[in-house]
Amino acid sequence: MAEEEPELTDEQKKGIAKWFLINAPAGEIQYVAKDLKAVLKDDEVYNEAAEEAFRIYNKSHLISLKMPCGFGDVLVTSYGELHDNEYLDPKTTQVAIVDHLKQVCKGVRPATDEELPSPYIEEYRYALEAELQKYVAEAFPKGSCSVYCTNGKDVEEPGSDFELVAVISSARNSPHNFCNGSWRAVWNIEFKDDIQILELKGKWKVGAHYFEEGNVQLDAKRECRDSAMFQGPDETATAVVHLIRIHENEYMASLEGSYLDLSDNTFKMPTSGIPGNAALLNTHVCNAGTSEETSGYSDLISMAQDFAI
Amino acid sequence: MEAAMGLMRRMPPRLSETTLSALLSLLPHHSSDLLSQVDLPLQVLSDVDSGKKFILCEYNRDADSYRSPWSNKYHPPLEDAPYPSSKLRQLEIEANDIFTVYCDQYYEGGISSVYMWEDDHECFVACFLIKKDGSRTGQGRRGYLEEGTWDAIHVIEVGPEEEITRYCLTSTVMLSLTTDDVSSGTFSLSGSIRRQMNMNLPVADGHLSNMGKMIEEMEGKLRNSLDQVYFGKTREMVCTLRPPNEVVQLRLPSS
Repeated sequence: MAEEEPELTDEQKKGIAKWFLINAPAGEIQYVAKDLKAVLKDDEVYNEAAEEAFRIYNKSHLISLKMPCGFGDVLVTSYGELHDNEYLDPKTTQVAIVDHLKQVCKGVRPATDEELPSPYIEEYRYALEAELQKYVAEAFPKGSCSVYCTNGKDVEEPGSDFELVAVISSARNSPHNFCNGSWRAVWNIEFKDDIQILELKGKWKVGAHYFEEGNVQLDAKRECRDSAMFQGPDETATAVVHLIRIHENEYMASLEGSYLDLSDNTFKMPTSGIPGNAALLNTHVCNAGTSEETSGYSDLISMAQDFAI
Repeated sequence: MEAAMGLMRRMPPRLSETTLSALLSLLPHHSSDLLSQVDLPLQVLSDVDSGKKFILCEYNRDADSYRSPWSNKYHPPLEDAPYPSSKLRQLEIEANDIFTVYCDQYYEGGISSVYMWEDDHECFVACFLIKKDGSRTGQGRRGYLEEGTWDAIHVIEVGPEEEITRYCLTSTVMLSLTTDDVSSGTFSLSGSIRRQMNMNLPVADGHLSNMGKMIEEMEGKLRNSLDQVYFGKTREMVCTLRPPNEVVQLRLPSS
C-alpha cells in the first residue's frame, strides 16, 4: 500500500507535532512530548512546535503554577495573559513569568497600574473573587480560581458596561495509579449598566483518563446561562457565586446521572436471555450439521442455555 | 515503535484514527507494524452475492481487497490471493453461522465475522469480530445513546492438534459512548482494553466449542472490566475533583 510516500515537509511535521501536544490529556503533555520526540526524530521541528503548542495547551488547561516568594498560585489563562509568557494574578497583583515548556513559573514582577483595573472595577472584582474562593475551597479538595476583568477595566464610575471572567480550575494527577483528571469552568459575567442586569455564561470542560492496560477517557462539556441584578460589589458577588454553586451542583448531578444511565443501558446490552433462544440454536444446529464438529455443537447449546437465563 | 504505541495509549480514543494516520505519516517504514498492532474501530463492506455485511480487518485483507466470510470472495476481486484450505473453510463457515447466533443473542443484532487461516506447523489462527452500533441512528433497540459502538476483536491461535490442544486468545474491545443533549451537554466516554487468555483444552470437544467458551468468558470479563474499572475509575476521578453535593454537605464517614 504505502510504497513511496512523499517525504513530509517540515511545516507538515510541525503541524502534526503540534496536534499531538495540544490534544494530550490533562496532566500528560510531558509524557506525550517524550514519545513524540522519539517518533519525530527532528529536534528542530519539535522545538518550534513545542513553543507554540505548550502555550496553547497550558492556557486551555488553565494550569496552576506556584509563584516564588510565597505569592501562592497563579492560573495560566488567556484572560490573564499580558504578553507571551506573562500572566497576571489579580489576587496578588503580581505578574508571573512562565516557562511554558517546563510548565513552571520562573519569576514574578509587580503589575503596573496600566495592567490593573480601576478602583471601581477592582471593588467588584475583588468581592467576587473573595466569595468565589470560599466556594472553591468548600467544593473542591484541590481547586484554584481567579477573577479577571476582560472588558472595561478602566471604567471609573457607574454608567458603563464591563465584563468579568471567573475561572475555576481543578486537576488531579496520579500517574502511578494510571489516572489523571481535570475540571475546568469559565464564567463570563457581563455587567449591563443600562438595564442594571448582569448576564452569566458558564462553560465547563471535564476530563478523566485511566490507562492501566488500556486507554479510556471521559470528555464532557456543557454550557449554561443565567442572570442576576446589577447591585453593589458585595451583593453582586454573593448573588453570582450563589448561581455558580447551583449550576455546578446541577452539572455534577447530571454527570453522575449520565454514568448511571451508562451502566444501566449500555452494559445490560449483551445479556438479553430470551427463553426462545435454546430452541433457535437447536433448529439452527440441526440444519448446519457437518462432520466431526457435531459433538461440539451440543456443548455450545448447553452453554447458550446456561447464559440465556 | 514503543514511543508510537505510547502515544496511541495516551491520545484520546475518539481521535485514534487521526492519531494512527499521523503516526503512519511520521513513521512510514513502520507502517506494517503499526497497522497490525493498532486497533481501530471496525469498518464493514457488503458482500456482492448476498448483500450481507462483513467486517474488515488485517486478517481478511490482501493488498487493498478484503475476503468475505459469506461468499469467500475478495472485494474488489483479486488474483493470486490467499484462501484458507477447504477443510479450514468448512470450519470457518460453521464458525460464522454459530457466531451470528451468538451475536444476535448477546448483542440483539450487530455484525459478526470469523476468519481463519493456516499458520505454520499445523497450527491455525481464527479471528472473531463483532461490531455493534447501538446509536440512535443505528440498530439500538433501547434507543438512548447519541452514539454508541462496541467493537470486539478476538484472535485465537490454535496450537498443533493434539489430545489436549493449546488455545491462545488475545482480545481487544473498543467502546465509544456519547450522549449529547441541551441540558446536560456532551458526555463522551470512549476507550479500549486488551487482554490475553491461554487454555489447554481437549480437542475432542471440538474447536468451535472450545473457542466459543473462551470468547464468552473473555467478553464477560472485559465487559465487567470496562464497566467497573475503567468507567468506574473515570467517574471516581470526577468525584475526587469535585465531590457530589450531598457528600460535601453531610460529610458522611467513609464506609
